[in-house]
Amino acid sequence: MIPLEQLRPGQQGMVHALRGGRHFVARLAALGFTPGALVTIVRNHGFGPLIVEVRGTQIAMGRGEARHVLVYQRMGELADVLIIP
Amino acid sequence: MSSSSLETQAPSPMIALAGQPNVGKSTIFNMLTGLNQHVGNWPGKTVAQKTGTYSHDGRVFTLVDLPGTYSLTANSEEERIARNFILHEHPDVVVAVVDAAILERSLYLVSELLLLPAPVILVLNMIDVAAQEGIQIEPDVLEAALGIPVVSVCATRSEGLQELIAMVERLLAGEIPYAPKRPTILPDHEATLLDLKMLIAPHVPAPYPVDWVALKMLEGDSEAIALMSEKLPTESWENVHEILYQHEDAILDIAGARYQWIERMVRAAVIRPRVGQLGLTARLDRVLTHPFWGVLVLLGVLWGVFWTTYTLGTPLQAGMSTLIEQLSAGVRTELSGAPLWVVSLLTDGVLGGAGMVLTFLPILVIFFTVLALLEDSGYMARIAYLTDRFMHMLGLHGKSFIPLLLGFGCNVPSVLGTRIIETQRARLLTILLAPLVPCTARIAVVTILAPLFFGAQAAFVTWGLIAANLIILALIGIVLHHFVLKGEQVAFIMELPLYHRPNLRTIGLYVWENVVAFLQKAGTLILGVSVVIWLLSYFPTGVAAESYLALFGQAIEPLGQTMGLPWQVMTALLTSFIAKENTIATLGILYGDFETLLPTVMSPAAALALLVVQMLFIPCIATVATIKQESGTKWTAISLAMLLVISLGAGILAYRLGTLLIGG
Repeated sequence: MIPLEQLRPGQQGMVHALRGGRHFVARLAALGFTPGALVTIVRNHGFGPLIVEVRGTQIAMGRGEARHVLVYQRMGELADVLIIP
Repeated sequence: MSSSSLETQAPSPMIALAGQPNVGKSTIFNMLTGLNQHVGNWPGKTVAQKTGTYSHDGRVFTLVDLPGTYSLTANSEEERIARNFILHEHPDVVVAVVDAAILERSLYLVSELLLLPAPVILVLNMIDVAAQEGIQIEPDVLEAALGIPVVSVCATRSEGLQELIAMVERLLAGEIPYAPKRPTILPDHEATLLDLKMLIAPHVPAPYPVDWVALKMLEGDSEAIALMSEKLPTESWENVHEILYQHEDAILDIAGARYQWIERMVRAAVIRPRVGQLGLTARLDRVLTHPFWGVLVLLGVLWGVFWTTYTLGTPLQAGMSTLIEQLSAGVRTELSGAPLWVVSLLTDGVLGGAGMVLTFLPILVIFFTVLALLEDSGYMARIAYLTDRFMHMLGLHGKSFIPLLLGFGCNVPSVLGTRIIETQRARLLTILLAPLVPCTARIAVVTILAPLFFGAQAAFVTWGLIAANLIILALIGIVLHHFVLKGEQVAFIMELPLYHRPNLRTIGLYVWENVVAFLQKAGTLILGVSVVIWLLSYFPTGVAAESYLALFGQAIEPLGQTMGLPWQVMTALLTSFIAKENTIATLGILYGDFETLLPTVMSPAAALALLVVQMLFIPCIATVATIKQESGTKWTAISLAMLLVISLGAGILAYRLGTLLIGG
């Protein structure tokens, strides 16, 4: 189980848990970050905010926020649709 | 006669428009109501409230545009407003707008709306954008699954809106079955929810549905919990509190169950693109959110905005100024027989004050159009993403970038533009920082004054002053972020909406509303203050140098002396409250040929202090009025006090340093 922040572009994770305050968790849950949801990394340069795709929507989030989303990395199939050179 | 009176008395059904942000809800509202809409604020709130009417076959519908929210938990002002409206104002129908291209996510709000006591019609908007991304939806299948009426709409092309209204009428007439399949809770929490319901049921006040209150409490909804903690007897409250404490993480399961329900609802209704097929948004974002090319495109866009302002806006503004001056000259000739004070009131007070503020209208129109274009096309969110890292240092996030940037043209759209920022704290911080961005008027004054004192180095001084303003802005941002407005951490979570062609009507209405609001301010508050300042500068003798304003300027001369500024200059700074250009006009009145006189009465250090104060001083009345409208009296006072301290402090510092370095 790793924080979402550590996934590379194109890699996928399955949401396991959300850390943080009640408001923060409720906000992320409403956006689709619920246990079992698949998240694909679209942009992650190692600095600055990330772009992730969840339930068909692209969401920009700060690194701090992405550290609070714990995922299981999905091995094998890469989401070839979303890899950006 | 009786039939006509019957018709006019036919009930006017109330339709509430609900939907998540970026689903095109406002476009539907604008298309239906056009100019028959009223924009105000929700009572006691700083959230915009739009209501309007739509007439069809002699029947008038009242439309209320609820704030766009992702869910209906009491986490934000918008969410509280949206759900309390449905609970307390009893709309006849709730029209729930969803984005067909991101159906799952936008149905989340619907899963919450169905629990409230008002019939819901689902509107599938943006079917064109969905098609562009390769997604197809079968409305009939969705309708059968949800058990509520579904209407396909393409609001930007006005398609399907007639059908929507027809559907509302049929639903109100009871002609179509309404049997919604509501989401249920996961089995793990079923028993808990039942216990909670039993405990609170006898005490839930009208109009709250018991099921809804119980579920919201389990979600950790602060408003629902506060309501019941007040209504429940102590003993039951302790039991309830214990249950809530043990199930603190229930929100994740409840949200998860809603998404499972959504998956079941859309499974048969949605046809997705083949794997490997890139939609328009993904193709555009390969460049537009790229760390290098994206920034390059952004710089190009920003350059375009300023190029448009200066090539189109500045000449138009100059033209408006000439027009106002000609009008003044005309008034002088026409009223040559009238008392001098009447002529002066009209020319110096009304036209010189409120009239000069009006010359900024072309620049405002350009900026409001740009703001609406960037927001409506979906590009604004990309700008926020690209600039977030930089803005983070000021305790802000990317969404504050564009409002602050617009401040270089005029602080008014800058303050109004903060409406795109969702969190109240980030919005307030941006409003407090906005006046520190030097607007064209401030820069214009500096470009007139700097050459008088600094000759060839004037351009260097001007750029230095602009840089100083931005450094001070950053420092104040850091201080406010860490010490004053601390507490709620700025969480940067923002949807990147799909790109779509901007809707001209939405943009037109946005510009229109803001221009009308500005004209109203110019005609009332700004006019009033202009006349008062004129009165002070004219009476008692009609000679500016002996006026009350001059007396006041003389009274604060000791303050001016700390910066080497004569009372005439202090008076000029005071009148810049009407419009920044008034600094020059007042100097002209008090000195006559100030261009040759000023360098003889002020040292270079004092001149530097003047320019520094001028760049940081309290903003013009138009900006102050906008700050008050957007943030309230308390924060306006704080903002003014802060700017007064900063500008005078920096002025004194500049004078001292200047005296040391370049001689007094």
